[in-house]
Amino acid sequence: MKNIRKILPKKISIFEFFVENSIKAIALLSLAFILGIFYFVFQESYWAFKPEKNKLKYQNIQKPLKHTDEIYSNGEIYFDDELRPEKYPPDTNRSNLLLNRSDSVKINIINPIDEGKKISLHRYSSGNEKAISFWDLIKANDIIEGEPAYIWQPISVEPKYNILSLIFGSFKVSLIGIIIAFPISVLAALFTIAFAPKWLREIIKPVVEILAGLPTVVIGFFCLTVLSGYFEELFNTQLRLNAFLGGIGLSIVIVPIVYTLVEDALYIVPKHLSEASLALGANRWQTAYKVLLPAALPGVFAALLMGFGRAFGETMIALMITGNAAVITANIFDSVRTMAATIGSEMAEVEYRSIHYGVLFIIGSVLFIITFSINAIAEFIFRKKLLNKYRGY
Amino acid sequence: MKEVKIKIESLSVSYGNKPALKDVSLNISKNQVTALIGPSGCGKTTFLKTINRLNDFNDSIKISGKVLIDGVDIYSKNTNVTELRKKTGMIFQKSNPFPKSIFDNVAYGPRVNGITNKDELYEIVKNCLIKAAIWEEVENNLYDSALKLSGGQQQRVCIARALAVNPEILLMDEPASALDPLSTARIEELILELKKNYTIIIVTHNMQQAARVSDMTAFFYMGELIEYDKTRKIFTNPSKRQTEDYITGRYG
Repeated sequence: MKNIRKILPKKISIFEFFVENSIKAIALLSLAFILGIFYFVFQESYWAFKPEKNKLKYQNIQKPLKHTDEIYSNGEIYFDDELRPEKYPPDTNRSNLLLNRSDSVKINIINPIDEGKKISLHRYSSGNEKAISFWDLIKANDIIEGEPAYIWQPISVEPKYNILSLIFGSFKVSLIGIIIAFPISVLAALFTIAFAPKWLREIIKPVVEILAGLPTVVIGFFCLTVLSGYFEELFNTQLRLNAFLGGIGLSIVIVPIVYTLVEDALYIVPKHLSEASLALGANRWQTAYKVLLPAALPGVFAALLMGFGRAFGETMIALMITGNAAVITANIFDSVRTMAATIGSEMAEVEYRSIHYGVLFIIGSVLFIITFSINAIAEFIFRKKLLNKYRGY
Repeated sequence: MKEVKIKIESLSVSYGNKPALKDVSLNISKNQVTALIGPSGCGKTTFLKTINRLNDFNDSIKISGKVLIDGVDIYSKNTNVTELRKKTGMIFQKSNPFPKSIFDNVAYGPRVNGITNKDELYEIVKNCLIKAAIWEEVENNLYDSALKLSGGQQQRVCIARALAVNPEILLMDEPASALDPLSTARIEELILELKKNYTIIIVTHNMQQAARVSDMTAFFYMGELIEYDKTRKIFTNPSKRQTEDYITGRYG
């Protein structure tokens, strides 16, 4: 009895306690971080809808200088115009820039650190834009040749923010990408698992996985310089950079991802299933598509959606080779502008917390919601149903 | 002496440099149950897989010697391997139904062989399930997943599946090792029943099972065939010391 009393109390090792809790803290922190990002993205989208009221308080912080724009537009030339560092934003404290020609002898030494302190990080919106409603993002906002048109034209006297053409562009180019990539990667995975001799499998798998580590900008550059001209000649297209070329570029990114996932899914199919099939007189091909593939179907399906999600969010390739024209057409050889490419190209130059800024964040939110739903559909509906079917629950 | 179905002449198998079977020769008679016994890793499963050439997909395997089924060398170059495998049904240690319905499981073999007529398929499935003594149990849920069945039922479905391609030889790799005594008894009854029409080779670790179901017994040790004789003789009066030691449980 006494012995048990001695053994029973829980012994606390400080090291274990520390490790356990720090792991827990890190896990929760990452969760909080992700939630924080989502919160930020959704919160910033808000600026598209209610700009004026909220912007007022920022107006007071920033005292806009009246002369600057005039000075630029008047075409006045400063003696040292080219020597000065370009400053962003241009309409901040500019007193030492406003030199007369008579001052030209005077040399101004600018301390960049002091200058930096004067410059606000953001350029604030002037606040004289009209707020938009959610309907403005979707409805047809122009008429071209008698047909209603959906225009994305954020920089203009009359800005037009229709995000349908961008959503369409994203879907179009990623669908083309996945349609090209999915059969290739599934067949390649089937080959490596069911047909290839061991030595070949040991070469193919790492090589394809290395392809997954290729920077997308390199793939984009390759498509831009090599493939674009080739496909232009082959299909005799009007535009060199189009959705089809974008799809090809995306498929280069997707293939290794889908391949790896499908290969793993096929690999974990118990060997005795394929042996049973072979022992029944099925040949290797029949075994592959009647036993291996159905048994791995949940994994294959997940791979399909993962590949699609990856293509949907891909920025650099879409930016480089899709032509970036926001048009809704059925022709796969027309240019498209994707949501991710729009954010990538416009975010750096947008006025802080202007409508355009808010709309870009709305696009980000839509992008997030779409990829999230794709994953949710994969996980909760299809995957579980398929798993239940194939596990016999 | 009964008609010889499988004739094996100085068969040696090795995986890479590791020998699995060394110079094995034996004749297996038609419509008999032949039990293969021996400790784990002595080459029994390799022997089975050599008979239906399921070892082919292993890249490192080397096979020498001859395996003749009905007098035909199955390792000659113009052997139709899929036809050979149809002739030799195999039942595995772990019941391995496909993740499909019971019907689809049994119909898999015929379908692969090009039978698509539904009535014909149904007849085949029904006959095979009756032969495998499981028809009454699954008659009403033929289209449910085979994975919902118990282990013993699954194993009998697998036997039915193997029977559906009309084999002449049944290779059983410890078919009852994962089953409870009642299911084992049913499988053994089934083996005795199937013996009338099929030539059966069964690998087993269960001495009593070998004694109960088999006509001939082969004892393997370290890849060598130590003794091959009538079951009655092996279990009552083995001629080799090693066999006696193994059967009485002194090693292995």
